Amino acid sequence: MKATRSMVLVSADPESMDRGALDIFTELQKQIRDFGLEEEIALSMVNDISKPGFDPLVLVYPDAVIYGPIKPGDVHQIVEEHLYKGRVVEEKQISAYNFTGRIAWLSARKGTLPAENRVVLKNVGLIDPEDINDYIIHEGYQALGTVLNDLTPEETIAVIKNSGLRGRGGAGFPTGLKWQFVNSAEGDNKYVICNADESEPGTFKDRLVLEGDPHAIIEAMIIAAYAVGADEGIVYIRGEYGLAISRMNKAIDQAREIGLLGINIFDTSFNFDLHVHAGAGAYICGEETALIESIEGNRGEPRSRPPYPTTSGLWKKPTLVNNVETLANVPAIIRNSADWFKSIGTDSSPGTKVFTILGNVNVTGLIEVPMGITLREVISIYAKGMKDGKNFKLAQTGGSSGSIIPSSLQDTPMDFDSFKKAGVSLGSGALLIANDEICVVDLAKVLLNFFRNESCGKCYPCRIAVPRAYNILTNISEGVGTMKDLDVLKTMSEQLVELSHCGLGQTAGSPLKDCLTHFRAEVEAHIKLKVCPAGVCPMSGRRAY
Amino acid sequence: MPVKFKQEQDITSYIQALIDKKGHEKAELIPILHEINAELGYISDDAIKALSEQMKIPTSQIYSVVTFYRMLAHEPRGRHVIQFCESAPCHVAGGRLVLQKLQEELGLTQGETSQDDKWTLITTSCLGICGVGPVMIIDHDIYGNLTPDQVPDILSHYD
Repeated sequence: MKATRSMVLVSADPESMDRGALDIFTELQKQIRDFGLEEEIALSMVNDISKPGFDPLVLVYPDAVIYGPIKPGDVHQIVEEHLYKGRVVEEKQISAYNFTGRIAWLSARKGTLPAENRVVLKNVGLIDPEDINDYIIHEGYQALGTVLNDLTPEETIAVIKNSGLRGRGGAGFPTGLKWQFVNSAEGDNKYVICNADESEPGTFKDRLVLEGDPHAIIEAMIIAAYAVGADEGIVYIRGEYGLAISRMNKAIDQAREIGLLGINIFDTSFNFDLHVHAGAGAYICGEETALIESIEGNRGEPRSRPPYPTTSGLWKKPTLVNNVETLANVPAIIRNSADWFKSIGTDSSPGTKVFTILGNVNVTGLIEVPMGITLREVISIYAKGMKDGKNFKLAQTGGSSGSIIPSSLQDTPMDFDSFKKAGVSLGSGALLIANDEICVVDLAKVLLNFFRNESCGKCYPCRIAVPRAYNILTNISEGVGTMKDLDVLKTMSEQLVELSHCGLGQTAGSPLKDCLTHFRAEVEAHIKLKVCPAGVCPMSGRRAY
Repeated sequence: MPVKFKQEQDITSYIQALIDKKGHEKAELIPILHEINAELGYISDDAIKALSEQMKIPTSQIYSVVTFYRMLAHEPRGRHVIQFCESAPCHVAGGRLVLQKLQEELGLTQGETSQDDKWTLITTSCLGICGVGPVMIIDHDIYGNLTPDQVPDILSHYD
């Protein structure tokens, strides 16, 4: 299959639809096929783009050219001149000036399609992860040398702060600020922990970094330890990641052998050592206080906060907990400067993001792209479209604790702030893409089942509401739900957010909320019509609970 | 193959050796439990008792840790343990039908061990191999991109 080189969007707001947007879409489809371009050009309609007086609009990527108002008769010229010959049809073009919202954003991204930009995964697959020399040849441990010889801990923190790096574990907390908190916390011993308990369904980015470039994590942890004043570090890797554990152990041994770990690193007075702690299979241990409990030999139940780990963490000492992907950015930022990092991605979320693409698409896997890319771009360019030409129905972003987003939100830039504004969660970067053969009730059931199994049981809202919500969903999927059930689910989703002790319970309600917000009609069909529109749910008519 | 300890004496000395190797600190509890689980196939009540005496941790606490973590088993398992991922990415990729077929072939539902102690079927949360879902792991062998009709053939490779 050829790679998509261009993307064409047709506005589909009510105004445009009135003025024949659908005809333009079919005409574009026909003309693109006539010119034999169907494999190179992705075509779709977008709900929330419009400019009064110029509808319907046709947008062409990556050139970010906007045409309008377009009649079916203009289509041939646009396809032949612009898409086939590569010449902009100037008389039909309108300026992006005075456009607001999404259009302004879309046109600002001129020419940004479709290259990947690898920072975190730069070495993965290229170097031998079991040979420290290969890492060193590829600029490895250079950043560490710079930090230990030329920078004070405070200057190191300033670089990270200036870069605008935000935690990649899902919450997006500014990394430099976290470092500063630990640096200024009182305590004779401090710890640095790398959170590699990657258990979010659909996420395996950290595994690939650990397996493919373990020394980058070691280097980043030494830098972090120097910056915050820690002398011991722990890499907490989930127990299922056998290869990652053995490679990390090997890398640590190699680094220790040549004096990068231990005492007087780089002939300075700085000492630091590191070991691996293997998890034992519990999703909740990705929560930083539960992770700390687990290292101390206890059940992984989250602690009450405050105090935060930055002041009282492992063994009640100030502790820095950073995600693998966050740390993997650190050596590159030191080597290339904070300004270089800020030049990638969006203003509020600089840098790249590793996304895992999964589900009913042609190509699944891992990509690293600048923050701010849209879901539509991911699906049409990197995932090479929907599998078997089926329709895109929804995406589940950020693993189970993320959001279910409908196709109408697929043009939202994927960065922390834009997603927050749209009320969805970026989470860990998993993008589960589903076609219209997926039933939202069934999907919500799977997600709630996950939370039901993974809830640690410490606090009531999560322990009681999550299984109860699962039962209600099961009844709905059997065709015996009631409309009152939907009110109960809605209340539960709100109360889980307000009353749960930790992030697990707080996000467990989001699939319920998302289903009821975006797919209420489909859920109601299960109740009122006793029909599962996708034909997935059993609908046996028997109460399960 | 898991080693079964017949006498209490054996397990006490085995655990003593383990603690001598790893250390007495509470932080070593989970790493030690990992080793026992790998050696015995599960963590028996005898093992918990011996650990409790030697590490000076109440049995209730060790029990609560053992039952909390998914990778630590408190009940004996079959010779081959099948972990089937039931998280959303594998489900969307068609895992539902593969699990149905697997349950039919084995005559087991999740969490059960077969009468002849050959199979234990466990459904688990995400295993982190989602790029090739649906996924299952039998002992240490990973199977991806599963379809229902591959199931009998895969199972036939284990005795």
